[in-house]
Amino acid sequence: MPATVTTDKVEQTIVSALAELGPERDEITRDATFEQLDIDSLDLVEVAQVIEEEFGVEIKGEEAEKLNTVGDAIDLVVAKAS
Amino acid sequence: MSRRVLITGVGAVTPLGVGAARLLERWAAGECGIEEGVGRCDEYRPEEVLDKKEIRRMDRFVQLAIGACEEALEQAGWKDGAPVEPERVGCIVGTGIGGLGSLEHEHVTLLENGAKKVSALAVPLMMANAGTAGLAMRYGLRGPAFSTVSACAAGADALGTAARMIRAGDADAMVAGGAEATLTPLATAAFRRMGATSESGISRPFDRRRDGFVMGEGAALLVLESEESAQARGAEPLGELLGYGASSDAYHLTAPEPTGSGAARAIERALEDAGVRPTDIDYVNAHGTSTPLNDRSETDALKAALGDDRAHEVPVSSTKSAIGHLLGAAGAVEAVATLLALRERVVPPTVGWEERDEGLDLDYVPGGSRPLETGNGRAVAISDSFGFGGHNAVLVLAA
Repeated sequence: MPATVTTDKVEQTIVSALAELGPERDEITRDATFEQLDIDSLDLVEVAQVIEEEFGVEIKGEEAEKLNTVGDAIDLVVAKAS
Repeated sequence: MSRRVLITGVGAVTPLGVGAARLLERWAAGECGIEEGVGRCDEYRPEEVLDKKEIRRMDRFVQLAIGACEEALEQAGWKDGAPVEPERVGCIVGTGIGGLGSLEHEHVTLLENGAKKVSALAVPLMMANAGTAGLAMRYGLRGPAFSTVSACAAGADALGTAARMIRAGDADAMVAGGAEATLTPLATAAFRRMGATSESGISRPFDRRRDGFVMGEGAALLVLESEESAQARGAEPLGELLGYGASSDAYHLTAPEPTGSGAARAIERALEDAGVRPTDIDYVNAHGTSTPLNDRSETDALKAALGDDRAHEVPVSSTKSAIGHLLGAAGAVEAVATLLALRERVVPPTVGWEERDEGLDLDYVPGGSRPLETGNGRAVAISDSFGFGGHNAVLVLAA
């Protein structure tokens, strides 16, 4: 069963997943853009895999393309999970 | 335009350590980098050269190529960017297989966890041209770029092709070489099943007791430049890539043509391309894999191509006695070792050679290195590379 989805939990998961991909943890704020973090579409697929595993939420390619900031991604996952 | 192709930088990561000079120094001292039957690049620390993100996005063979390329570019004086137009600098990194470790890892993920768990990076990690792509991106090389894939001749084919492209005017400079990292469960099992690798775990080319090759990993990259380009920026060349010859046995998937006629044709073409005669050759860096078949057919090929007399006079040694067989990287690593040996005027030994085999009667440089004798101002060598599939590639180098 997927874990209970809270904004905090989603944020934690996404920040950890991004930190695995290169950026320093303190750079990864809600307002940071993926461009600033040097996170590209290939990286976002990896993040989406972690999200699906944790929360059972699938992020489609066209949804991922619209994400600019870390906050956008958190909000999308929370919205889709509720 | 001059047809000369100068070498202005070299770099190598091998089982004898990080650095081209270290490779020659240790090999010439008779040291061997093979441990427990494999030649690993234990000394190389990718994290000292690459950041976390780069490491995630590069198979080990690309990581090894970057290690070697850093050294080559620094030596060429290119550390802060190419001093020639980036659009005029090409890149060719040969490999036998490519990102096999990544492929095997992702395949396990697919079987155990399903298609959705396969990494989005799998294709760019495993593709055979990943080494070329990685170097071109990291160093901003915007000229022609691709990889050569001709098994254990790939590194030599990369260098030969790169030299041809400079001569043809396609590029003013080329960053070229080879990289391989296939010390993986699948490759290890597969080479063993076909009886290619040594049961004893000892690489002893041309020795009667040889029983197959020892797998190794590593990379070497060279900076090749047109004479005009090197002169215009006042670069001090390390040596010259004089010629390249290639041929195909068209005989068997893995076994060399037994008389060595295909290999001999590649040697003859390389000499012709270089404009040198057999008597000009001061040293032969053999393919010398330590397999029963290669070392015999290569011996016969040298006799055919150089003539019986010259073949018996010229010292012949195999770098693989010190580092094992680096497959698609071998031709490039051995070109670097050969070039440095010419520069140092030293003939490194075939490490561990002790027992003569019938018919294998050349001077395989047993016992230890010796001074390289040359009749004229420059020292000239050939470096042989032969690959499964019957691909033969031979380089002529001078320093």
